Formats: sequence, structure tokens, C-alpha cells
Amino acid sequence: MQVEKFYYDNKIVKAFAYATMIFGIVGMLVGLLVAIQFYLPAATFNFAPTTFGRLRPLHTNAVIFAFVGNCMFMGIYYSLQRLTKARMFSDTLSWIHFWGWQAIIASAAITLLLGYTTGKEYAELEWPIDIAITLIWVVFGINMFGTILKRRERHLYVAIWFYIATWVTVAMLHIVNSIEIPVTLFKSYSWYAGVQDALVQWWYGHNAVAFFLTTPILGIMYYFLPKAANRPVYSYRLSIIHFWALIFLYIWAGPHHLLYTSLPDWAQSLGSVFSIMLIFPSWGGMLNGLFTLRGAWDKVREEPVLKFFVVAVTCYGMSTLEGPLLSIKSINAISHFTDWTIAHVHIGAMGWNGFMAFGLIYFLVPKMWNTSLYSKKLATNHFWLGTIGIVIYAIPMYWAGFTQAQMWKTFTEEGTLKFQFLETVTHIIPMYVTRSIGGVLYLVGALMMVYNVIRTIAKGSFIANEAAEAAPLVKNENHGREYWHRVIERKPLMMLVVSLILVAIGGLLELIPTFLVKENIPTITQVKPYTPLELQGRDIYVREGCYTCHSQMVRPFRDEVARYGEYSKAGEFVYDHPFQWGSKRTGPDLAREGVGRLKKTDSWHYNHFLDPRLMSPGSIMPSYVFLLENTLDTSSTAAKISAMRTIGVPYPEGYEQIANKELMTQANGIRIGLKMDKIETPAIAEVVALIAYLQRLGKDISTVPKEPTASK
Amino acid sequence: MSAIIILLFASISVAALFLAAFLWSVKSGQYDDEMSPPIRMLFDHKPAETKEETNI
Repeated sequence: MQVEKFYYDNKIVKAFAYATMIFGIVGMLVGLLVAIQFYLPAATFNFAPTTFGRLRPLHTNAVIFAFVGNCMFMGIYYSLQRLTKARMFSDTLSWIHFWGWQAIIASAAITLLLGYTTGKEYAELEWPIDIAITLIWVVFGINMFGTILKRRERHLYVAIWFYIATWVTVAMLHIVNSIEIPVTLFKSYSWYAGVQDALVQWWYGHNAVAFFLTTPILGIMYYFLPKAANRPVYSYRLSIIHFWALIFLYIWAGPHHLLYTSLPDWAQSLGSVFSIMLIFPSWGGMLNGLFTLRGAWDKVREEPVLKFFVVAVTCYGMSTLEGPLLSIKSINAISHFTDWTIAHVHIGAMGWNGFMAFGLIYFLVPKMWNTSLYSKKLATNHFWLGTIGIVIYAIPMYWAGFTQAQMWKTFTEEGTLKFQFLETVTHIIPMYVTRSIGGVLYLVGALMMVYNVIRTIAKGSFIANEAAEAAPLVKNENHGREYWHRVIERKPLMMLVVSLILVAIGGLLELIPTFLVKENIPTITQVKPYTPLELQGRDIYVREGCYTCHSQMVRPFRDEVARYGEYSKAGEFVYDHPFQWGSKRTGPDLAREGVGRLKKTDSWHYNHFLDPRLMSPGSIMPSYVFLLENTLDTSSTAAKISAMRTIGVPYPEGYEQIANKELMTQANGIRIGLKMDKIETPAIAEVVALIAYLQRLGKDISTVPKEPTASK
Repeated sequence: MSAIIILLFASISVAALFLAAFLWSVKSGQYDDEMSPPIRMLFDHKPAETKEETNI
């Protein structure tokens, strides 16, 4: 039969490769800055956009969506064409995808620094950008499925299955978790509240790890590792089996982010069990990758690309053992809210994602520029520097995590807590310093790669369209089935995807009004909606990303109840759109901040925001002077009350009319109190609203009102 | 906790989609040959300079 001549598009791969490198460096630089802020709070520069609460989401979004995102597209666009023996379905869609994605990243950088955030981790981008992400993802999907359908190789290699699973699941996750009601152009409230929001968020969050950081990169590993080693995959059967097992099990692991919280026990147990089961398919991938190098270990010694892949796959194996173990409740009781979680994340992020990206770039650039790598020695040095960087990053974080957890839980002989929270922070500062050194090494390595790539490109000549030839698919292939089957077989992917998406959307549109809007019966009768001033204050809390350092979830442990007060109940959070339980305690938990021995005066809070070190010597929290200077914008109050009522918070009808009046009354009460403590507030400063919110935390369920104490 | 209904619906839909895809792939013979795909992907399909056949 006639072979057809066609060309692979390398230009789109080149574009994604450049974007990967640029945003990799940017993301790592932001990471380094926030790492430094842990021991040098002055590195906030007294500037709102560079406070930790705003920079942290910039770092996570940059490294996940800009760095790994572009890397995934680079790998998929290269490998998919060659595995299907077809050029991408549409060059136009390729470029819309590329520029659309970069535009999303640019808008993310601007909006996150300005404080436009939903307050939900890895889903911080506000609703207009969420819509853009959906549109670009659909463009990507059409391009990808279109290419698959016009393939010249009937067999779908395992990498393609990973890409398909990625596309379908990320679409589902993004849409479900992004269901939010817009209030203004860049502010929305999560449709879900409290416990429900937490569950949906971490169903999403963990599957962002699974289907954005893992499955596409596993697909990439299955193509590029054999290619680089010139060895077939160790066991093709294993790759198929572990793929199906992986994608079935991963979805259920989300609740392991919520162990010992107010999430119902049965949901927690589900998350734990499925997380443990997940070890097996994950290790299937690691072993398959490593065993592929059987008999080719001499090549690993020569080739930097393979060195990076080997460490990457090994770190993948380590992370996918550690993760399930961290999902065991007794271990999680120690690790949750500590730097242990951060250590775990960064082994996966720097080891698996980062090193796969580096190996990929070192492999692709010489290939596409038809030359050899400028300096293998430099690449090898990058490899060692990066590996050592990962170790110097992770070990201090493990140390800090264990140490802090133990200190939190230590009681004296008399039965009181031995350490103040702040003592546990200052104790681990040396670990934070060391960690940032590890990060510097890793970043320097990446910069060495950029230099190496620039020199390689300079000495090569780019192949924009790579010639290839292959025979077209034999259309009349008959597997002995009847005619009506074949119509369905010709369009199975498209049919399945489209119909299931439609069904899911339809189902959601029916379910949401039915189950959620009516869900306004509080489980605890004393729990009431926030006042307008407290609501504004809460939105400032979300805007500044306070949840990135402070949790609001007291776990049912003796030491937590002793330190913070009554442990948190699910019914307390029914009006929290979004939930703000937090994932990390760089600072103390705030769930009971307004009651009991933790309650402080309004002026304490004012001075603490002015300079945390005034009230807590040695604190690493940044100063929030701008909160004292900015006037609260009350023009949004009515719209916020109205939006909250729509999503189920029982504000009385017409409450919008008097909301601002009540806001003024409450705010002036606080200002008068501050004035008596010699603090002048020229107008209703933003800090007044934030103080009102903090003083509300824990108040509803406290049975006996306690006298406010002067300081902790 | 009624958000669980949405999550269950979404997850089971996706799982059903994947199950259907799996059944399709087995039925359409995707896994009949497990030997050639891992070897075949190692080859680049550069157009032949001469008239000789390209491998596989």
C-alpha cells in the first residue's frame, strides 16, 4: 500500500519548551523568595503583593500550571504526533492552545498578586480565568482527540491512554470545583460551604496531583524513557494494568487531606484505604520505568537524560509510598499542618516533575535542532547539583516537621503544654535557612540547563517540520463483527467523551439546586451567619491568603484542645464560603481566636498587624501596615449579602438595605475601643473588618463568655 | 455533606467512561499484540532516502 508523507509540527513543541523553561525559572524564583521570607520577614518589602499570603499561590500556580503544564504540553505534542504517526489535528488549535495558556498564566500572575483569589488551594484563580481555562482545555482536547482519530497507527500506545485520562479527568475536576457565584468581576464565592467545600476542594486538589502532575508525566515517561534508552518498556502488560488501576483508585484518595478534621469519619476512612491501595499501581509505574533500563545501565552512566529520568522515577516511587503512608491516620496525626507535608510535596515536585522536565528538555532540544547537546558535562553537573538540592531541601523539612509536631504535643509533668506556639517556630528557623540553600542549588542547576540549551540551539538548526512517512490506516479492517458495531467503533472516543460530559453537566445542573440551595438548615442552632462587617473582614482574610499560614481546624487531640480550645465541629462551618481550614500551621490555629484564653483585645490585633514582632517577639509573620492604611470598600456589601443568600446563607430578605448601616455601627464600636487604647483610625480601615472577623471565630459555640485577656 | 452526591456522580461518571473505554479497547483488539508496540515506538519514521522499505 502507498505510504503517505507528512510532517510533524516541532514549532509548537519548541514554543512549549521555551515557556516551560521560562516559567520554571520564574516559579522557582518565587519559591526561593517565599522560602527566604520564613526567616527574613523583612523580605516582604512592606508591599502587599509580596506578602507570603499572596506569593504562595503565585509560586504554586507557576510551578504547577505554568511549569509542569507547559512541560506536559511539550511532551504530549511531541510524543502524540509520533505515536499516532500523524501531525496534530489543527495547527490553528495548537497555537490557540499555546497562546491561550500563556495568557491564562499572565492573568494569573497579575490577579494573584492583586489579591483576587478564591481562597482554595491550586484553584485560587477567579471565575473569569476559570472560564478561560475551560475553553483552552476544550481546545486542547479537540486537538488531541482529533489527532488520535486521524492516526495512522491503530494501536494506542499506553502513553496515549494516560493523556486521554488526563484530559477527561482534569476537565471534570476543574468544572466541579470551580462552581462559584460571581459577586464582582474578580470576586466570587464557592457554591459549597464548610465541610462540603473541604471535601470538594480536596477531591479536586488531590486529583490535580493525580491527573495533572502524575498521569500526563507517566505517559511522557512511557514514551521518552524507552526512546532515550533505546529499550522497550519492561512489561507492556504491566503498563496497561497499572494504568487502569491507577485511574480508578486515585479519585477516592482526596479525603486523606482531611484526616482528623470535621469531615465525617467514613469519608476519612475511604480516603485512607484507597490511598494505601494506590501504592501498587503507582509502584507498577516506577518499577516498569526502572526495569526498562535492565541491560542499559551503562547508558545511564553516559547520558544525563537517563540520569534525570532515573532519579525522577525513583522520586516518584518514594513519593507514592510516602503519600499513602501519610494517609494513615496515626501518621497523619503527626504530619498534618507541619513541614513534613512540604517535604513530601517537594520530593514529588522537584524530583519527579522537575527532573522529568529537565530530562525531557535535554532530550528534545538536541533532537529538534538536529545537533548534540552543547555540554554533557554541564548537564551532568546540573544533575548532581539538582539531586543534592532536593536532599538539602527535604531533610531539613522532615526534621522541622517531626520536631515541631513533637513540641506541639509535649506536656509538662504538671499536665500543661510545655511550648508556646511561637517557640516551636523559632526553634526550626535553622531548618528553614537550610531548606532555602537546597532550593538555591536546585535553581542554579536549572539556570545551568537554560545556558546549555541556549548554546545548543546556537549550534544547531531547527527542524520546524520533521518529515515522516507511514501507511494510512486500512479502513476496511474487519474483526469479524457486524456492521452496526463498526459505526460506533469508528467514533468511540468522541461519542463517549461528549455524551458523558453532557450527562455530567446535565446531572450537575439538576443536583446543585436540589441539594445545595436548600442546604441552609444549620446543624448547630447557635451558629449564625457572619455580620456584614465580619463578612468583609473574612474576604480580606481570603484576599491576603491568611489560610496559607494559619489553620482553622482544631483536631480532637489532647494537645490541641489544651492549646486552642474545643475541637472543631462540622456544623460550625455551614456559612463558610469558602472553607478556610488551612493545610499548614506556620502560625497558630485561629478557629477559637475570639474566645477563651486565646481571645485578645482589638488593640492587640491592631498592633500585631502593624508589626507582629511588637506583640510576639521573634515572630516571622509579615507586617500588614497597608491594612491599617487602606479604607474598607463598603460598596460591595449589598452584592455580597445578596450572593451569600443565593447560595444558602439565611440573611433576611431586604437585609442588603441596612447591611452597611449595621457594618458602620459595629465598625465604629471597634474604633471607639481602639481610640480608648490610644489608636486612631481616620476612617473604617480594612484592619477593623479583619479584627471583627477574627473576634467572631469560635464565638458561636462557646457556652460561657470568657473575660478577654490582654495578651497570650 | 450533600456535596458527596455531586462527587459520587462525577467520579462514577468518569469511572464509567473509563470502564467503557477499557471494554472498547479490549474488544477492538488493542491488547491482542503486546510484543510489537513497545518495540515499534522506538523507531523514528524518517522517510527513506532510497527506494528501500522502511522497517515494520
